[in-house]
Amino acid sequence: MPGPAFDEMTGLGDALPRDAYARIKTWLDAAPPDYLQTRRQQAELFFRRIGITFAVYGDAQADERLIPFDIIPRVLSRKEWSKLERGLIQRVGALNAFLADVYGAQEILKAGIVPAELVLRNPQYELAAVGRPPPHGVYTHIAGIDIVRTGPDSFHVLEDNARTPSGVSYMLENREVMHRLLPELFDRHRVAPVDDYPETLLATLRSVAPPNCRADPTIVVLTPGFHNSAFYEHSFLADKLGVELVEGSDLFVREDVLYMRTTEGPKRVDVVYRRVDDAFLDPLVFRPDSMLGVPGMMSAYACGNLTIANAVGTGVSDDKAIYSYMPEIVRFYTGEEPLLDNVPTWRCREPDALAHVLDHLPELVVKEVDGSGGYGMLVGPHATKAQIESFAAKLRANPDKFIAQPTLALSTCPTLVDAGVAPRHVDLRPFVLTGANGTKIVPGGLTRVALAEGSLVVNSSQGGGTKDTWVLDD
Amino acid sequence: MLSRTAGNLFWAGRYIERADFVARLTDATLRLAALPSSYGGDIDAWRSALAAAGVAQAYSERHPELAEETALQFLSLDPENASSMRCCIEKARNNARAVRTALTVEAWEAINGAWLDIQRFGTRFDSRPTLARLLDAVKAAALAFDGSTHRTLLRTEGYFFLRLGAAIERADNTARLLDVKYHLLLPREEPVGGSLDYFQWTTILRTVSALTAYRHVYRDSVKPWLVADLLILNRRMPRSLAVCAADAVRYLDQLANESGRRGPAHRLAVANANKLAAGRIDAIFASGLHEYVTDFIAENNRLGMAVADQYLF
Repeated sequence: MPGPAFDEMTGLGDALPRDAYARIKTWLDAAPPDYLQTRRQQAELFFRRIGITFAVYGDAQADERLIPFDIIPRVLSRKEWSKLERGLIQRVGALNAFLADVYGAQEILKAGIVPAELVLRNPQYELAAVGRPPPHGVYTHIAGIDIVRTGPDSFHVLEDNARTPSGVSYMLENREVMHRLLPELFDRHRVAPVDDYPETLLATLRSVAPPNCRADPTIVVLTPGFHNSAFYEHSFLADKLGVELVEGSDLFVREDVLYMRTTEGPKRVDVVYRRVDDAFLDPLVFRPDSMLGVPGMMSAYACGNLTIANAVGTGVSDDKAIYSYMPEIVRFYTGEEPLLDNVPTWRCREPDALAHVLDHLPELVVKEVDGSGGYGMLVGPHATKAQIESFAAKLRANPDKFIAQPTLALSTCPTLVDAGVAPRHVDLRPFVLTGANGTKIVPGGLTRVALAEGSLVVNSSQGGGTKDTWVLDD
Repeated sequence: MLSRTAGNLFWAGRYIERADFVARLTDATLRLAALPSSYGGDIDAWRSALAAAGVAQAYSERHPELAEETALQFLSLDPENASSMRCCIEKARNNARAVRTALTVEAWEAINGAWLDIQRFGTRFDSRPTLARLLDAVKAAALAFDGSTHRTLLRTEGYFFLRLGAAIERADNTARLLDVKYHLLLPREEPVGGSLDYFQWTTILRTVSALTAYRHVYRDSVKPWLVADLLILNRRMPRSLAVCAADAVRYLDQLANESGRRGPAHRLAVANANKLAAGRIDAIFASGLHEYVTDFIAENNRLGMAVADQYLF
């Protein structure tokens, strides 16, 4: 088991709170007993009325569930943030360079830095993207990089999300709710704003208009529809961007140009911010049974009539097997040392690593290389003997599918639970935007918190909650 | 505007209107059915309420016997009745959710709030006071949604499609009520000292929330041919066929102003509205009230389909 967790307010149980949290601590100490619980209930009511819900797959009862919101903000100092920001820009730059390379010259494979079969045989490696660079060379317009913290100065990247990362609507709505519920806290803190995210996203999408787009680009957000777990976010973003929210059936391709069906007839579309997975985008190229995509979309892309954000094929870079090579990938493309560390990772495809993992399952976290959302993972220290044994069998049968990591002592933040304020483990997902003119990050991101005592799983599909994330200017 | 968005808004407008109509119809029928049978208070009140709501057949397929309690459950919360208040609110809310971005936060909160409220009633109400609360909640939901859209929505296509759907649905509701009750409204000798049918007529007026309006317009005792006149031709009564048809023309005109194009839906709507504007109640009686109403329902349906065709949804 890992040692005691670093608490972002009290450090390792120090008498005085850490600087960034000093005023939060004072506020919490002075709050009358029912005050925080009342505010929490008001927040929940607000979220429910505004319809911010999240569907959980496989749970018919909870068609529309609310992600619990914790009213105690998670605070980072500007110094901590600046360090993170530099690391994120470096890392996303490397991810983009890696994608351009593996779909182009494949130098990293030739140099033997990353095993070729891991890339070329990867189910996320899209042949449709080979030799067809996206407009302005940008693959991951929107990346969500999951960061965990284990000490005052140690931040690690837990996961790169380079396909269609979600959660940014919570970042924005959480801040709105905090302003409504706890205005007094904002009087006492200089909190860097996040509400220019939609503006920045719009500028990013406009900057990558396709070569054949001569006028102002028409941008749309493509959603699988309201049954999708993140539909609220899709509609929220379309609304904030001031663009149409479309489904596959609203679009069609004629002579390699994408159009949407409007009450005034067909209207040409130049940039699609898609929240639909690659496999469903174009039934002529990918899954032929897809009802969510648009036949011919990829030919519109190939002809220079369309930008798809994120580009097709980015999944090959956020695969957990590729993840373990990220330090080498960063060095290869930037010539610099990585500013953000990886979590040490055993690749079960390597026999020595597999043997080690099988011997130490009760201490490790084991993940599927192409899994997401906290599904199909084993958290060793919290698993029963029977669970470990059945997982070991899966692992032996198919070692290529898994990686393992030590159970990290994730940092904790003060969190309001039924019994009062208590430390709970958190992570952080900042949203990194890359356009033709560079990379931008609004200060903050989505803090996810594991609400059960001792739990390390923060995924909303597994009962995690969220917090507002503050970057404080000194 | 996306055609799908236009379609969803059109139907959100229709379903909210239908929910409100079914609530008012239920409310009025409850009062009628509670009267002594010599005043018209019998089970037939529910037969005609189910017919006016357009669900008589759906009801009889599921329930061999006509009973007040069953009819009430069917009209209010039954998930199997596509036109129950619960289902209407749910469908309106799903339409709205599919096009969240076309609504303001206020309008969305109104409809989502209504849906959350009605969820709390479950699929059966347990007592008459609960039913009364439900009816109030549905009527309040329609007011809140209409009010919030009126106050906050941009006057662009989305708003016009929403209102157009509501106008066409409202016309259909009033016409179906007339279709079921027409025999009570035929002209006859002036009743001396009131009539037992008085309660039937006031039930009709209550259903279209026009009992007080009647007095203001006619300053006369309730007479069946005047009730028919109010519901069909009156230009001041917001649920009359004439006003609904004129509203439909107005919203179609506004849509045409946005796009610069007119189509078959406009021609149909204008023909409907002109016929009503030129109509005279005695002529309608002479040529047959029932036929007149039946024709209107068919024309109004054609208009609904023409709108969908013309705007590609």
